[in-house]
Amino acid sequence: MLAHDLFIVLPEEVLALSGIVLMLVAAWAGDRAGKVATWLAVLVLVAAAFLLPGIGDAGDTAFSGMFAGDSFAAFAKVVIYAAAGASLLAAAGWFGRAGDLKVELPVLVLFAAVGMGIMVSATDLLTLYVGLELQNLALYVLAAFRRDDTRSAEAGLKYFVLSALASGLVLYGISLLYGFTGSTLFGDVAAGLADGLSTGELFGLVFLLAGLAFKISAVPFHMWAPDVYQGAPTPITAFFATAPKLAAMAMIARVLVEATGPATESWRQMIIFMALASTVLGGVAAIAQKNIKRLLAYSSINNVGFALVGLAAGTPDGVAAVLFYMTVYIVMTFGAFLIVLRMRDQDGQPIETIASLAGLARTRPWMAFGMMIFMFSLAGIPPLFGFWPKFVVFNAAVAADLTWLAAVAIATSVISAFYYIMIVKTMFFDDPAPAYAPTRDPVTAVLAVAAALFVSPLGYLAIGPLDYATTIAADTLFTTGG
Amino acid sequence: MAGFPILSVILALPVIGAVACLLTNAKGARWVALITTLVTFALCIGLWLNFEVGGPQWQFAENVPIFGRYFAWALGIDGIALMLIMLTAFLMPICIAASWEAILNRVPEYMACFLVMETLMLGVFMAQDIFLFYVLFESTLVPMYLIIGIWGGADRIYAAYKFFLYTLLGSVLMLVAMLWMVNYAHTTSIPELLVTDFPPEAQTLLFLAFLASFAVKLPMWPVHTWLPDAHVQAPTAGSVILAGVLLKLGGYGFVRFSLPMFPDASAQLHWLMLGLAMVAVVYTSLVALVQEDMKKLIAYSSVAHMAFVTAGVFSFSPQGIDGALIVMLSHGLVSGALFLIVGVVYDRMHTREIAKYGGLANNMPGYALVFMLFTMASVGLPGTSGFVGEFLALVGSYQASSWAALVLTTGIILGAAYMLLLYWQMAFGTARTSEAAAMPDLSWREWAMFAPIAAVVLWMGVYPESFLAPMRDDVAVLVERIASSAPAGDAQVTPGHPAPSAAAAHEGEGTH
Repeated sequence: MLAHDLFIVLPEEVLALSGIVLMLVAAWAGDRAGKVATWLAVLVLVAAAFLLPGIGDAGDTAFSGMFAGDSFAAFAKVVIYAAAGASLLAAAGWFGRAGDLKVELPVLVLFAAVGMGIMVSATDLLTLYVGLELQNLALYVLAAFRRDDTRSAEAGLKYFVLSALASGLVLYGISLLYGFTGSTLFGDVAAGLADGLSTGELFGLVFLLAGLAFKISAVPFHMWAPDVYQGAPTPITAFFATAPKLAAMAMIARVLVEATGPATESWRQMIIFMALASTVLGGVAAIAQKNIKRLLAYSSINNVGFALVGLAAGTPDGVAAVLFYMTVYIVMTFGAFLIVLRMRDQDGQPIETIASLAGLARTRPWMAFGMMIFMFSLAGIPPLFGFWPKFVVFNAAVAADLTWLAAVAIATSVISAFYYIMIVKTMFFDDPAPAYAPTRDPVTAVLAVAAALFVSPLGYLAIGPLDYATTIAADTLFTTGG
Repeated sequence: MAGFPILSVILALPVIGAVACLLTNAKGARWVALITTLVTFALCIGLWLNFEVGGPQWQFAENVPIFGRYFAWALGIDGIALMLIMLTAFLMPICIAASWEAILNRVPEYMACFLVMETLMLGVFMAQDIFLFYVLFESTLVPMYLIIGIWGGADRIYAAYKFFLYTLLGSVLMLVAMLWMVNYAHTTSIPELLVTDFPPEAQTLLFLAFLASFAVKLPMWPVHTWLPDAHVQAPTAGSVILAGVLLKLGGYGFVRFSLPMFPDASAQLHWLMLGLAMVAVVYTSLVALVQEDMKKLIAYSSVAHMAFVTAGVFSFSPQGIDGALIVMLSHGLVSGALFLIVGVVYDRMHTREIAKYGGLANNMPGYALVFMLFTMASVGLPGTSGFVGEFLALVGSYQASSWAALVLTTGIILGAAYMLLLYWQMAFGTARTSEAAAMPDLSWREWAMFAPIAAVVLWMGVYPESFLAPMRDDVAVLVERIASSAPAGDAQVTPGHPAPSAAAAHEGEGTH
């Protein structure tokens, strides 16, 4: 039995062990090994993806039902590993230029990946908490990765304090749910809630959800995101905006469906509020931003709101739509960050102002073209692929008789369209600002082209396979948990 | 032709041309764009020649389910779509020619935008899947935003934003309505949705959601305010495409979606549609009368002409719908030509202010002649395309409401007033500035632009049967679909009893 359990968590084991080995390498070889360690970490992430249970079969649970290696977890982990690997490659190119690539970076990312894997696989509230904290600890350090930069240190501290508060809320919620239902296992919690929601259970649910909402930076728990996004080094921000977002979203989906499925009517109101508040605030607050990273932070708040619309449906289609949304969102936002990584002045110093993008279409036409694709895609304008995830979440909402929610949410998408087309305007209509220094980084160039192709109209060809995978993943939640 | 995906080929051509444009220099891009649009036009002529009038409703159909369970690459055309496709393909080479010397910077991008635009517009008319339609319909925003924003006039950024956000807000509500419809009917195929009976209480909301999109696109009063801004700021060819084809998407939407899919709601709200059309005709005509900017004047006249489309469509009569469709085609040609007319003098003087010109008949006789023809077509003089469409639309709307017909007719009088005033101020008298007196007449390139449009305008005015014939059966199907819910008109028209003539049987064959 133990062997079986260990087999189910094999990807996590591989990642954790590799992380420890790399840490030893780091201790002996120092920062000289940064590049090698990064590539090794990428290889490990790829290898771990091949060891995932739940692809092609139904997967299984481990440790007396506290950990699920099912198709849902498998789908989320594939995306998480891919995003983590891509972020590592981007970071290697960005840091490495100045010789400041610290060897701890791949180690921390690997540990974060382990934490995220546990988050999406957790079928017990305590497993969930352990995964969450493992991820958080790695992320705190990553946010403050540039020790000599006060903004980075500030970002790390801010993230730590607020995130610790959120973790406290989660723990308090867990304790209430445990106290009133008598178990921390998702299935047993659901059974305990089946006879109606008592006040204590409701409070537990509210605290749990509030704490988890912090992790996806949904309004009103979003305040940390702009500061952390701006303060952290850009490749780290790109990582924050991708894998942890999906991990937290998948975790919330699993908790809500498997643990609190019987209380759907209760949490739906909260999700709807967060969804609409996020789409509106993420749209309005972004308009005044002058820093591209802050703008992308508000864009992530905005996009999380749309993903929550699918979750509000509370149906298998809705959960599949959330996974679909987050997957495409990750590619879009990562692509946008890859462009931001290339924004450097002639001295090689990174620039983050939106004003510096002015006239990019004339100085660097292909870079501007790529950014335009990502911006229109984030705005959800067809024929770019960013339209489709919005389509599937609204479709799920309409199918769940939440047509009004879809109508309101889609109307708020017009607000956010404004600032995305503002970026396009800056790049294409304005007079050129001083040109960026040329970047020679073939790896990120290939990644950026791949991301651009994925969100271009060619991405529509991926609807079939992606829909198939997300549907299978979402269905597992409802068959095991419901 | 069976099995050959001719529609996909037509859609693919301009995209390939666009990529080729991006990879060449300015000169190469111009020629690539011109040749691509001409070949596309030639293929569309082939489409028309092979279109079987009186044959199956949907022809050249293709259906490839490559987009998972949500929607399919389904194409197919009926007569209505065919005519609008012809209009689009016909105007595109002219647009490219109009930009030949007017656009000097970033030519490859410009040409690429136009070619992408062509694919999207043709695709909208060909789409047989409701979501494919939406995707293409909405996609037109992107290239048009760039065209207005990059190559537009002084106030182009404001105009580009306004155009983008206005039309986006309009169409997102339509998407929610489409989602609801598909969830109700369990099909995304437009031909199947056309025969689905939606519950009457839902129809009203659905109708209003579609109206939000099409009314902005058409544009109807009071959501027309983006149009004058966008028109004035867009480059000449951009205005031609906006007026010539993009506005037609709204009218096409009414005919393809609003009316046949929600007949009950259309009947309930037809007073609203006729009312808005009446206001639009009188109000925008009066506004056009006092414009000092030529492009603005023509933009407002577009709103007035589009009101005839609204009135014709929501008259529920075959004449009205025929008329609306002909007005769309005719307006596409005439307003496109009028924007080109403005473009000709704008290229020479770089001002659109009417007061700066005058007496052009003296030094530009050829220009004055062409200008007069299109002025008359815009006014609706018999013998030009404008007359046929407006007359039929008025006949149709008279059956629905005699008051509507009365008010709409005053629009024709006002239309004559502002167009003749414009022509008088531009062409007659003496030049108000020395530059205006020194302008050279049309070049051979400009003649080549105007001659085909003029020919088609006269053709449509003298023998509209060529254009009505392909659409006749489709309009008949549409009228039959809405007949049961058609509101009773106040005019109580009774058909007369004409003596049967031998010629009548002959006429129906017509050309195709």
